Amino acid sequence: MLLDLFLLLAFQLLGELLVFLLALPVPGPVVGLVLLFALCLIRRRVPATLETTARALLAHLSLLFVPAGVGVMLHFARIATEWPAILAALVLSTWIAVAVSGRLFAALLARTRASAAEDRP
Amino acid sequence: MTPERLAAFWVYLQTGPLFWLTLTLAAYLVAQALARSARMHPLINPVAIAVALLVTVLTLTRTPYERYFEGAQFVHFLLGPATVALAVPLWQHREAVRSALLPMVVALLVGSASAVVSAVAIAWALGASAATLVSLAPKSVTTPIAMAVAERVGGLPSLTAVLVIATGMLGAMTAGPLLDRLGVREPRARGFAVGLAAHGIGTARAFQESTLTGTFAAIAMAGNGVITALLVPALFAVLG
Repeated sequence: MLLDLFLLLAFQLLGELLVFLLALPVPGPVVGLVLLFALCLIRRRVPATLETTARALLAHLSLLFVPAGVGVMLHFARIATEWPAILAALVLSTWIAVAVSGRLFAALLARTRASAAEDRP
Repeated sequence: MTPERLAAFWVYLQTGPLFWLTLTLAAYLVAQALARSARMHPLINPVAIAVALLVTVLTLTRTPYERYFEGAQFVHFLLGPATVALAVPLWQHREAVRSALLPMVVALLVGSASAVVSAVAIAWALGASAATLVSLAPKSVTTPIAMAVAERVGGLPSLTAVLVIATGMLGAMTAGPLLDRLGVREPRARGFAVGLAAHGIGTARAFQESTLTGTFAAIAMAGNGVITALLVPALFAVLG
């Protein structure tokens, strides 16, 4: 548990360091994710008990968004004047993104499966 | 206990993170219990309920957000390690990922661009201010990434955080029924769509469908985070 927490923090720190040194346009935790994934690939397994700790942390992923969400109270004035544009943009754009990526990915998956079936004798 | 002593205790509590941290967990537990009793109906979103409860308490007690966040930042901080932890489900489903690598890259690029461009275009057409437009652009990616991107392109990071969370709740609530209507039943595609459009909150919802759905949501969320971090600064550099 303690070692897992250390690993997650250490990879995040390593990610932040690389972002700083190489002036990467990507946030540190994402680089940390990629590095930890690379370590798993090289060692061909997830470090010791990290599996359980990661599952516990990700099981409550939505809790972690609550403090930032409460920040809505800082922006009541802006939202009160611009709410039609904000609401329309959020709702329509979310639906567009879901529809485009869902349909496209499903279609591409079906095509790779079809071409894989053709390759078989 | 006299009212004076109670008031003194209240003042004392404001000097440390204990009270608001405890209340954040309490609000979330209440919200989760409500969501469970509604059998995880997508419209009963635990984040939305917890935020509403906390905003009500803060408004009634006239507590500024900054003071609340001094306590709640410990929960907020865990978003970083949680993002790193997504490497674990990614590795566990590496075979499923490898077999769908090319479709994934293509769908990520197109989906990511559609999320950014449609949000900015719609808000611009309806007359939103420049600060709102810039803050809206990274709305589909996870909070720490979106806030960093908004800061880079001159948006308001705290507004972006709110828009990101609203997007996440919207996606978690509506993506399932929308995908049903569109006839997308393939679990990998369902997860991919909700993770791309609605980041961690959508991913949390996708894990309720199955771990395969959740994993593809996590992949799309991580991938969209990277692509949006590259795309949004480039887009605003072009638009000036």
